[in-house]
Amino acid sequence: MRVRFWGTRGSLPVSLTAEDIRKKIVAALLAATGRKFGTRADAEAFVARDLPFAVSHTYGGNSSCVELDTGAGEYILCDLGTGVRPFGLDVLARKGPGTPCTFHVFMSHLHWDHIMGFPFFPHVYIPGNRIVIYGCHGGMEEAFRRQHAAPSFPVDYSRLSAKIEFVRLEPGRRVRLAGLEVTPRLQLHTGDSYGYRFEQGGKVVVYSTDSDHKTDDAASTREVVEFFRNADLVIFDAMYSMLDTVSVKEDWGHSSNVVGVELCQLARAKHLCIYHHEPVHDDARISSVLQETLRLEQITRTDHALRISSAYDGLEIVV
Amino acid sequence: MEVTAVRYADVLVVAVKGRIDYMNAEEFKAALLPHLRNCAAGGDQVVLDLSRLEYVSSAGLRVLMIAAKEVRTRKGRFVAVALQPVVREIFEISRFTLVFDLFDSVQDALRALSPKAASMSHTG
Repeated sequence: MRVRFWGTRGSLPVSLTAEDIRKKIVAALLAATGRKFGTRADAEAFVARDLPFAVSHTYGGNSSCVELDTGAGEYILCDLGTGVRPFGLDVLARKGPGTPCTFHVFMSHLHWDHIMGFPFFPHVYIPGNRIVIYGCHGGMEEAFRRQHAAPSFPVDYSRLSAKIEFVRLEPGRRVRLAGLEVTPRLQLHTGDSYGYRFEQGGKVVVYSTDSDHKTDDAASTREVVEFFRNADLVIFDAMYSMLDTVSVKEDWGHSSNVVGVELCQLARAKHLCIYHHEPVHDDARISSVLQETLRLEQITRTDHALRISSAYDGLEIVV
Repeated sequence: MEVTAVRYADVLVVAVKGRIDYMNAEEFKAALLPHLRNCAAGGDQVVLDLSRLEYVSSAGLRVLMIAAKEVRTRKGRFVAVALQPVVREIFEISRFTLVFDLFDSVQDALRALSPKAASMSHTG
């Protein structure tokens, strides 16, 4: 299974500013002091090998949208943040507008940043496409209809050309959908959110965003650990610092890198991908959080090594 | 996990030993908070001696945050001392260094908080 990240930013889409770009260029030029690049390949190699990610790249600014590519032909997504727009454009570029497609979408919840990409998902305007939206919340269809309604958007939901279906799932009940075994789990977030455990051919991907995983209750921690158990990849909302989650942002419904490492270690998960980045954080800060998370894993490791990465728009992970 | 406390004048020194994780965090909370509730409002300071704390998980950090709030409610000061390197890094990564003033030793903390308590701790 291939996991592609199309939108990784939490709460609000962001973009780099002119000043951000200027700083990156200055940093790259300073790093290149005294070097000569005879060819473009030399320059490419320098960028790949010698520049930190936060200088040579960006984590991106689209809100939540992750693709699970099982190779089965039909598309599987988690959430419909603004990342679904570049996803849709990529599908159009690959297949063209005339090829009917089916999309299976698993919704963590219906907060704005997780649905706001839908009106800009080109396939909703193309007849022949089928979009099946799964979730555990009541009122899913209403939430999607509402953001298309005047005065919020110029195209009413009733004018969408794709066939759009809503399927309500039951938390804790494992079902077979889109070629995957899928288990939703209730999470702590204002208005509730749901994590998903996806299993296929012995591989397990957990999508757990917009959840405050409090670890002070041993019983509920054990439940989360079982949900994450032996996962090949855990996509984890680590938007806040541990301190934030117990002080100024307590009960805001998000977790920390510290809790992500702990839960994955307890569950013996193979790979933790920190996700749903704080929109206030620039690339350097997100890289810094990743370095600290790697260090935390190192100093708390027992007999199980956990791989850790930080999601960025465009990242692809093979599990 | 063990919690013990000793008083020097207006300073309560609470020592924590062992590991704190999600399985014993409630036990830690139950052992720690009664000591803090015995502090006098408006005067007592608390020194958390972490020299024998080997590991603290997020659940343990939550308890420390509750403890810090408890002490602050009573207008007291809450500091941590002698953190082992791993615990110190956990504090830094968790940003808990913004919550607690850190000292290298109990004596350093007592000198900073209360000369009377520092003097008493010397005399035994």
